[in-house]
Amino acid sequence: METFVNDIAFIIGTTLMYSTPLIFAAVGGVITERSGIINIGLEGMMYFGAFVGAAVAYFSGDPWLGFFCAGLAGASLGLLHAIATVSFSAEQIVSGIAMNFLGVGFALFISRLVFDGATQTLTVPKKIPLPLDFLFGEGKLFASSGFMDLVFNRFATVYLAFILVFVAWFVLYKTSLGMRLRAVGEHPEAADSLGISVFKIRYGAVITSGFLAGLGGAAMSIAVVSRFSNTLISGHGFIALAAMIFGKWKPQGALLACLIFGGAKGLEIYMGAKGVPIPSGLLATLPYVLTIVILVGWVGRSQPPASIGKIFDKGEN
Amino acid sequence: MTSVDFSHKTVEMIDVVKKFGDFTANDRISLTVHRGEVHALLGENGAGKTTLMNCLYGLYRPTEGVIRVNGEDVVISDPNVAIGHGIGMVHQHFKLVEPFTVAENIVLGREPTKTLGRLDMAEAERQVAEISERYGLSVDPQALIQDISVGSQQRVEILKALYRGAEILILDEPTAVLTPSEIKELITIIDNLTSEGKSIIIITHKLHEIKLVADYCTIIRRGTFIDRVEVAKVSEQELAAKMVGRDVSFSVSKSEVVQGDRALTVDNLVVRDNRGIAAVNGLDLQLYHSEILGIAGVDGNGQSQLVEALMGLRQVESGRILLKDHDITHATPRQIIGDHHICSIPEDRQKRGLVLEFDVAENLILETYMRPPFSRRGVLDNGEIYRFADHCAETFDIRPRNTGLQAKSLSGGNQQKVIIAREVSNNPDILVASQPTRGLDVGAIEYVHKALIEQRDNGKAVLLISFELDEIINVADRIAVIFEGRIIGILDGDEADENRIGLLMAGGSA
Repeated sequence: METFVNDIAFIIGTTLMYSTPLIFAAVGGVITERSGIINIGLEGMMYFGAFVGAAVAYFSGDPWLGFFCAGLAGASLGLLHAIATVSFSAEQIVSGIAMNFLGVGFALFISRLVFDGATQTLTVPKKIPLPLDFLFGEGKLFASSGFMDLVFNRFATVYLAFILVFVAWFVLYKTSLGMRLRAVGEHPEAADSLGISVFKIRYGAVITSGFLAGLGGAAMSIAVVSRFSNTLISGHGFIALAAMIFGKWKPQGALLACLIFGGAKGLEIYMGAKGVPIPSGLLATLPYVLTIVILVGWVGRSQPPASIGKIFDKGEN
Repeated sequence: MTSVDFSHKTVEMIDVVKKFGDFTANDRISLTVHRGEVHALLGENGAGKTTLMNCLYGLYRPTEGVIRVNGEDVVISDPNVAIGHGIGMVHQHFKLVEPFTVAENIVLGREPTKTLGRLDMAEAERQVAEISERYGLSVDPQALIQDISVGSQQRVEILKALYRGAEILILDEPTAVLTPSEIKELITIIDNLTSEGKSIIIITHKLHEIKLVADYCTIIRRGTFIDRVEVAKVSEQELAAKMVGRDVSFSVSKSEVVQGDRALTVDNLVVRDNRGIAAVNGLDLQLYHSEILGIAGVDGNGQSQLVEALMGLRQVESGRILLKDHDITHATPRQIIGDHHICSIPEDRQKRGLVLEFDVAENLILETYMRPPFSRRGVLDNGEIYRFADHCAETFDIRPRNTGLQAKSLSGGNQQKVIIAREVSNNPDILVASQPTRGLDVGAIEYVHKALIEQRDNGKAVLLISFELDEIINVADRIAVIFEGRIIGILDGDEADENRIGLLMAGGSA
């Protein structure tokens, strides 16, 4: 019985850990798409963020500095995406694809320069801390490896992700800024005719999405694991994008979707650890297969913001 | 109309010129509006009315000319500046956020907030209720825009302007989308507003409504100023002549024609709409050669679904459609057009009637491109196509004559001419015309009506679906009234009067 309870706790714990990077990126996706700009470049932004986060954390020894710089790295790609799509009305999908190549390209290029030709960083001296251990001391609040410890004693990024979902929900639905952002995504001409700057709102939203995707990358490279490697971010940005759609373009919905994916990952690791007689390669596909099944089976039709992907032309003035 | 305060000019536009490249949309147009006045801006489609008003609202910047608001020279660089000067505009195509509530749309951009930038929707709804009460604009602040009628949406647009303190309200084609009862409500609202000292500029090409609401009228034609008149002192005829530049006949002249054989029978037809509701619900109808059968009814009583079923665009649930004695209930659109010779002028000419990105010539052969002489063995013969198109342009007076232009660059009236040319030259036995004059100006309407009557005179059967009662009464030989998916009364054109049909349209019995 004890082991069963602990097994459940282990799965929940891994679920939370693996969901976290996705939650950051998916909430970023919600914010940009709610303003009407598609960002399929989340993957590249996560990738770049994962590298910069690990690299800065390695050299500075400060995981929080790495985390923040990862956000800036993602935001810089977000800025490029905004310049292309908002200022120059570029096709949003094409620009997003370019961001994916750029993110990977920048990360590997700089990695080779800085880490002697390697496409991975060295192990960071300090990962993102576990706040419960930090506050109460290791093993003080909950018994080590007990149920509560396995579930709740998680990296700070896990807690931040949940706080982020709440903040994003609050801003989007309870503040005037959020209402304007949603209005811009639904009907930019209407917003414009009421003196709301579509330009500023969209720039803000796209850059924010890049920032959050960057944080998501770092939540992978300096919390879940302790270094960046070239296969660390493999489709997570796209999974986050799917989670955003599954979550019907709402932060709380995206959270749920990310937890489902994370749960599949948790199951995969658990089954791997238990030596379930399924080839590990096949087991590794579980989260992806499950995501597809759930997307197809449950989501049905969800309504995207009306102006999404469309070019807003302010017209001659 | 008694509330005009001539001592106070709220808007003066003096010799305003607006050029787009080489094209002069407004050529030295002047306009003066007083406090409490309803001023109509009259002109055909494409005359430059909306351009002029966009200059006043700051959406465009005039190339030359002076704009004064309340006696002061102003430069209106964007809508915010216009709002600051108390100018509000209700666009022809509403600018409303569909999934938002009425109150959210009204306060958007000027939201009442509490600490931390939190929205204060209770306060917003209170303010909206207060303004709507004051001017008699009834709306439900908590309703979603996507759930309310077009008339309510228009009231939301007016409230948006009033919430921002508008003293001058520009209404762009406000009645184009309204039902007759909604138009009456709008007129009451306009009276309420002017009695509060607001000025209204109403852009329109409907003469009847100008006579009803406006005090003064400025007429423009092809971007130039024609006249400014006191509405009470001119007739609709005179206004029309000034607008079009020639005399226009309002009454449709029809010769007597004997009704021919039965062309089409619709028998107990049931058709579901996209929501799965039986929009056409047991409809019976007979259509004869050499007649125009008008279907009168309020929008949304199954007209669209009936036409879609007739043209093979929508699955028929039950019932039959018979062409003479031949069952065509489940025929495909190509069979219906090509083999059964039923052609249609669709309700939405831009979505269903034309491929806007194609040029005029290509649009003219959409139904016949696969046959000689336009193509042989799958290869188009452009020489034939453009020869045919030029011939159509000449016969049907499509302007400009250049058939290589994209359909979207034509005015609404000329787009409709392209559709009529295509359908008529296909020589149909039955012509189904849905809302064929929607959004067209008097000149173009006259043209469309003539074309329909010509078809009838040639022995064709014409089914005319329209929400404009005047049009049905003027043009149709018999009038069928549709209500909730059924024909609930058929009247002869001669004996039909507006009140009786109006009663039927609302579901009453005649």
